[in-house]
Amino acid sequence: MKAKLLFFLVVLLSILIFTQSSFCKEPYKIGAIFSVTGAASFLGEPEKNTVLMLVEQINKAGGIKGHPIEVIVEDSKSDETQAVLAAKKLIEKDKVLAIIGPSTTGESMAIIPIVTEAKVPMISCAAGASITLPVKERYWIFKTPQYDTSAVEAIYTYMKKKGIKKVGIITISTAFGDSGRKALLELAPKFGIQVVADERYGPKDTDMTAQLAKIKASGAEAVINWSVGPGQVIVTKNWYDLKMGIPLYQSHGWGSKRNIELAGKAAEGVIAPLGRIVVWDKLPDTHPQKPILKKYVTDYMARYKSEPGTFGGHAYDALMMVVEALKNVGPDRKKIRDYIETKIKKWPGTGGIFNMSPEDHCGLDMTSFEMVIVKNGDWEILK
Amino acid sequence: MKKDNALTIFVFSLLILIFPLIYKDTYLLTIGIFIGINALVAIGLTILMGYAGQISIGQAGFYGIGAYVSAILSLYFGLPVLLSMLLAIVVACIVSIFIAIPALRLKGHYLAVATLGFGEIVYLILNEWGPGGPSGFGDIPRISLFGYTFTTSYEYFYFVWSIVIIVMIFSFNLINSMTGKALKAIHGSETASATVGINIVKLKIKVFILSAFYASMAGAIYAHYVTFLSPSSFSLFYSVMVLMMVVVGGISNLWGGVVGAFIITILPELLRGFKELDVLVYGIILTIALLFVRKGFVPLILEGYRRWLQK
Amino acid sequence: MTLLLQFIFSGLTTGSVYALVGIGFNIVYNSTSIINLAQGEFVVIGGLMMWFFFVGLKLPFLVSFTLTLAVAGLVGFLMERLTIRPLIKKGDLLLMIMVTIAVSILIRGLLMFKFGKDPYTYPPFTVGEPIVFLGAVISQQTLWVIGITCICIAILYLFFNKTMTGRAMKACSLDIKAARLMGINVSQIVMLSFIISAVIGAVGGIAITPISLMEYDKGAMLSVKGFCAAIMGGLGRGRGAVVGGFTLGILESLTAGYIHSGLKDAVALFIMLFILFLRPAGIFGRSEIMRLRKF
Repeated sequence: MKAKLLFFLVVLLSILIFTQSSFCKEPYKIGAIFSVTGAASFLGEPEKNTVLMLVEQINKAGGIKGHPIEVIVEDSKSDETQAVLAAKKLIEKDKVLAIIGPSTTGESMAIIPIVTEAKVPMISCAAGASITLPVKERYWIFKTPQYDTSAVEAIYTYMKKKGIKKVGIITISTAFGDSGRKALLELAPKFGIQVVADERYGPKDTDMTAQLAKIKASGAEAVINWSVGPGQVIVTKNWYDLKMGIPLYQSHGWGSKRNIELAGKAAEGVIAPLGRIVVWDKLPDTHPQKPILKKYVTDYMARYKSEPGTFGGHAYDALMMVVEALKNVGPDRKKIRDYIETKIKKWPGTGGIFNMSPEDHCGLDMTSFEMVIVKNGDWEILK
Repeated sequence: MKKDNALTIFVFSLLILIFPLIYKDTYLLTIGIFIGINALVAIGLTILMGYAGQISIGQAGFYGIGAYVSAILSLYFGLPVLLSMLLAIVVACIVSIFIAIPALRLKGHYLAVATLGFGEIVYLILNEWGPGGPSGFGDIPRISLFGYTFTTSYEYFYFVWSIVIIVMIFSFNLINSMTGKALKAIHGSETASATVGINIVKLKIKVFILSAFYASMAGAIYAHYVTFLSPSSFSLFYSVMVLMMVVVGGISNLWGGVVGAFIITILPELLRGFKELDVLVYGIILTIALLFVRKGFVPLILEGYRRWLQK
Repeated sequence: MTLLLQFIFSGLTTGSVYALVGIGFNIVYNSTSIINLAQGEFVVIGGLMMWFFFVGLKLPFLVSFTLTLAVAGLVGFLMERLTIRPLIKKGDLLLMIMVTIAVSILIRGLLMFKFGKDPYTYPPFTVGEPIVFLGAVISQQTLWVIGITCICIAILYLFFNKTMTGRAMKACSLDIKAARLMGINVSQIVMLSFIISAVIGAVGGIAITPISLMEYDKGAMLSVKGFCAAIMGGLGRGRGAVVGGFTLGILESLTAGYIHSGLKDAVALFIMLFILFLRPAGIFGRSEIMRLRKF
């Protein structure tokens, strides 16, 4: 009995000493709120995985000046109420230095008053323009995904080159599809494009043939689908089965190899504006983003056996910005915020080359997208 | 009001008063605020189910109307927050009459089905025509009383729970009054009470309106507390959660709504540690709770209390 | 004309699944008077387990099909044994309905644990070009879905009218007390009704997955739609759910086609409520039967 107790004590002591010796400094706490479950889990899942992987890598490399980082990931279940609770917990209980996430625009909007009041810098992983605009009122808020309008501009610019004048749009009736739809409708006149059909479908719908048949009959010269999740694959399959005879464009949510697998041969010829993370291996070696993307994607694939996709990248950029700020200014919320606003310039991330400024808390534009077509079951950059 | 009910409410009010003084953690207070909001909706449903024998699977609809109407009136029409809250409640009550009259004329499960359809329609309308559509909208003004604007969690905590306590007192009185006895009679036998000369349909409609009243009030508070609304908070999922609160708490006693709201709201917070597995654990706990605590937690607690007294 | 035909085909595809879920609702309702809100989860189990056996384990098609149905039947069996049976004697319908919701959350949790959140799919049953009929296009899998639904309906019809067990189940649905007095083992019938409804749901899932993909949380939507289908046709009427399901599917696609696709769910629900208020017993229900029902 006594021997056992002694043994136990020794083990406990050695654990204590061991952990003490590897990190003698206090950890830097960062909060993360992701939609790991629920309707937006396609965003939260790769974001969470990315953050866990990065934390491990950073701490293995000795942390930040000897301080390990600790990221507390909360699941907001794709629900605004849960996001509010998570933000409160991170700020009040965990006393985090910064918050990365939430994954969706709605959840980000819901916690903006809380983080602003608590004066905590937040880097959202959601795309909505209202997250960082107006910048004056969003003093503490940044975001890493491109604006939806940038993706739409990329598509329309390409269409203009191809002489497409009439488009039919089909969007999912969630926040993602809705903000895409608004951007598509708003920007069309600027590019001399007419939206001749405006269709929608629910996130759990099983068949979109009716909507596509209507678009076909409307005389559109191209279809644009704006959605994430199973919907974009079902649309692709329905588009293929209907033999619509006009090209199908997808949003930047299309950038996952899994979509090509699920849609099979129906995916051939589908065009989408995608972040370079999807086509990193096809970039020239001189491209400033290539080394980062290569390391991130290969590490992620090795660890999780799946692709991080564009969305995992948003979390990568958000966390790395905070980490860089911590390296340079230390654990001070205000200084972290100021650093991100003024010092993130020509900063290559996974989403593009960021240029933050007091006027722009996103720092990306349409040049961060490449137009990509599916060919022989793989991506191909369109020139 | 009965003596022991008054005593319970008094003790309860004291607890509410003291809680924020002991726990200065605003995270806990925020959970407390959401429990209070959910409790308001659940109390209404408890009366509807326990005392009028009717099921509603559409409380999220009234909750949503309360939230959206109040938010729109105060944000886009510049009305004072309290006035817009009041108008939102009126709108929800009027809507509830239009559901209740055709549905309650018929016997059986029609109210359940009609409310299910109603809740979904409200959700779809908010999604389609609500400000901001599925993306929702923010910058909703906060609650202000006589020129004083509530900003901290403390203020909202006390505000929400004072309303819960007022609602409890009002509901207890209602049940003990003549109407309440008649309501219990309906639950027992409709034919019997009809022969005694009680107008059952009218009573049921009144109770249904009351449940819409409470739900829309809760929705309005939610809107001005979170200051951001999107349709996803008002989906069928919320209606089912409220139903779950009432059943877990127990429909035989008004406290069931409060206790159920407490359990169902706090459970996901306690399960945060389970990460990915929380859906599974949540399902297991719910199933077991329903299987073994069949009458709800409030009767269980009362039973335990009685036994403890007898010792 | 072509467009109308196309809308109808689209409606038939989605309607088939609604019909199968609706039939499942009715079978359980008839033997127990409860609404099994986990019904949609059986469809998800069908799609995902089929993927697991057929693509994951690379088993032959028919073997995977049979195994999937066996798994679904087992889930239905366990659900009845573990959660419904302990409660049924008390006769608290509301509690039992709540338990089915809890079970649906549990099943969702299990599926998420096993399959994650990604959607899954497998190749259509027959490979080939879609068929063109009067200018409207139907994929081969759509025909499979509709065909399999019809086969299911036929088998159920034969089962309920020609076999002893089926007739016993029918007897229970008419008057459970009388059925018990006649020496019918009611508790076995309840168990059987859960197994059958689970298997039917799974068949729907297997057939639809190549078209619509399947992910762990698709069940709730299917439950609601299937429930609407059952209500439209009159709860408890087998034939009603079939007509209700197809009507709902076609209504949705017609609304999407001719009115506005953003409103298709709302319009379908409005019509459901309208039918309900005008004909409380559903399109096929008889009102005198409704009076016997407790819920």
